[in-house]
Amino acid sequence: MKKECVTMLLAGGVGKRLGALTTSVAKPAVPFGGRYRIIDFALSNCLNSRMYTVGVLTQYSPLDLHQHIGVGKPWDLDRMNDGLTILSPPFTVQTGGNWYLGTADAITKNMNFIDRYDPEYLLVISGDHIYHMDYDKLLRHHKEKQADATISVLEVPWKETSRFGILNTTDDLRIYEFEEKPAQPKSNLASMGIYIFNWKVLRDYLEKDALLSESEHDFGQNILPAMIADNLKLYAYRFQGYWKDVGTIESYWEAHMDLLKEDLELSLNNTNWRTYSHDSNFPPQLIEETASVAHSLVNNGCVVSGTLNHSILFENVRIDKGSTIKQSILHPGVRVGKNVYLEKVIAQENIFIPDNTRISASMDQEPIVLSQENLKAITS
Amino acid sequence: MDTMMGLINLEHEHDFLNELTYFRCGAAVPFAGRFRLIDFTLSNMAKSDIHEIAIFTRSKYRSLMDHLGSGSDWDLDRRHGGLFILPPDWNDPTDISKGDLRYFHNNRDYFLRGKSDYVLISGSQFISTTVYHELFQHHLTKGADVTLLTTTYDQLLPEHDACVKVKTDADGWVSSLANEPKNSHVFTGVYVIRKSLLLDLVDDCIANYKNHFFMDGIKANLNQLNVQSYHYDGYSAIINSIDSYYRQNLALLETDAYKDLFFKGEHVLTKIGNQAPTKYLEKSKVSKSLVATGCVIDGEVDNSILFRGVKVSEGAVIKNSIVMQRCNIESGAVLENVILDKDVTITRGQELKGAKEQPFVVAKRRKI
Repeated sequence: MKKECVTMLLAGGVGKRLGALTTSVAKPAVPFGGRYRIIDFALSNCLNSRMYTVGVLTQYSPLDLHQHIGVGKPWDLDRMNDGLTILSPPFTVQTGGNWYLGTADAITKNMNFIDRYDPEYLLVISGDHIYHMDYDKLLRHHKEKQADATISVLEVPWKETSRFGILNTTDDLRIYEFEEKPAQPKSNLASMGIYIFNWKVLRDYLEKDALLSESEHDFGQNILPAMIADNLKLYAYRFQGYWKDVGTIESYWEAHMDLLKEDLELSLNNTNWRTYSHDSNFPPQLIEETASVAHSLVNNGCVVSGTLNHSILFENVRIDKGSTIKQSILHPGVRVGKNVYLEKVIAQENIFIPDNTRISASMDQEPIVLSQENLKAITS
Repeated sequence: MDTMMGLINLEHEHDFLNELTYFRCGAAVPFAGRFRLIDFTLSNMAKSDIHEIAIFTRSKYRSLMDHLGSGSDWDLDRRHGGLFILPPDWNDPTDISKGDLRYFHNNRDYFLRGKSDYVLISGSQFISTTVYHELFQHHLTKGADVTLLTTTYDQLLPEHDACVKVKTDADGWVSSLANEPKNSHVFTGVYVIRKSLLLDLVDDCIANYKNHFFMDGIKANLNQLNVQSYHYDGYSAIINSIDSYYRQNLALLETDAYKDLFFKGEHVLTKIGNQAPTKYLEKSKVSKSLVATGCVIDGEVDNSILFRGVKVSEGAVIKNSIVMQRCNIESGAVLENVILDKDVTITRGQELKGAKEQPFVVAKRRKI
């Protein structure tokens, strides 16, 4: 069945820099924003942009992720003729099996899946970012420019350019150079890791790249530079809006603090661009007489008797009397006893924090990630 | 294995919530911040391995159908079984049946096609979170014709006046069903009956021009039938008036009641709304309140229930009130002892006060 555009969502990242948050789950499955997982943003964008043919490429620690995605029901991706397909290695062929060696290789290994839909265009996105984006606008831009490939870019502050892949373009956004983390940047247009390719063109490059033993089989390192070298028509597409890579514990925490702002460009309450996820049917939250809640996000099933400030509570969290939670993120099922003080803490799922515990990180410190194991060491 | 099919009979529950039931049936009235009354009995059935459930509904069922959809949020979109909403589409020219018997008569196929030998029947006014496995086992072990789910209330409230009260012998066999004002042993409206017996009683009632299956088929035949009772002692409430609706909503603000209803049994399933977590802003001051998702609160909320997507602006005060989906309370507005139906806007500086004994009810989509 022919589809104009197939979406490949790369969700195989280990998320090493998220430390304890990714010891047992893949980065895209890390809880985010009080009720979501990181990948929900990309999947919801697919639904809202009417991209209904989606392959999700998983690899690392996929159990929770697979369970969360299922057949794609929360995102209306459980469809008759296309919808969501999980593409997980190892891919075994007669000569043996293999893992994904790089982002480009992940696409190469799934050519059969893509060819089944005989698409004109291939959209490649990743499941690691927090943003609302209409991929259909990107596709329209790609068609208008009659490009071979279009890369979505974001203007970043000049002092941060050394953290990103930077695209150097002419005035009409035609890309003539790609620089990975440049020390002396010529531009502040950073690649968001979101690409649209003409599938036939990309297919050739992937086939050629697969034969190169020295290649990293990576879009940024290999495929895009090769296309630029061959003078293909590569264009940048300026994305405007909130976009956050939550790749480190610090940025994960910052993104949560961003959500508490009243004027953030990304609104979780935007009824025209909902973010969809699972719902475990907890009852509404109960805010008790002794509670004080301000500058916070609180989800269903929470019972709050203490003080909350600049904090995010996922579902089914309990905060007992006399406890104060500041600038913290409490994952589902966390229990906080009496007279506890937490500041700049990320408490992972189902942790029990006993009475009178005090844990805080100072403003200039990285947030403290609590797990069942390190909690004992900290409190004893 | 013996199994049950479900029936939610709404024929006897019309318009009992005044303004709230102007445009919807009672079963579809929002309750406890994110649910509708019917969710409780429907979830209980779904969690009791009842996979086919029929709903008899006569009128104002549009919002009910919108809420239930295909039944997927209750896991009832099944190849085997499923959800059957049965409005009055009656085309049998020889039909002489009356009252709720018309539903049984005209939907006989639902019962005949179902593979279960037993039927669990319920209304939507009994609020509880339980599963019916033990009730069913009790029915089977006792070899009863009918088993009624009953409960006892320490304190009889006005809503219990309309209930059927039960007297039993030491073994739980029901000896009398009557509207005795002082008897605190209350029939919940939930009962199990053998399907073949149900259909026989239906025929019998119709032949005798009767109009109420439970009253004419079961209560009137109490002497001929073996009617057993099964006692439920978990948290429960009966909602059959604005007064009970208001009181039983606010009763859930007591921590014990909240935990008894929502955290002892199974989760109550409902239509998923996909709202963001509720956002508390700088000036928010919330206490003793039940708050659903999607709200944005910058005002004062005390002893109240906010449904999904309610906006409370800075300086607004809400006390002892129930505020339904997507209401917008502008700054400086004051609400006390008020029930706002969905999509109501209370403009800047408005004050609305009802009495504790008689809350002020505002119908859907009004702007005040």
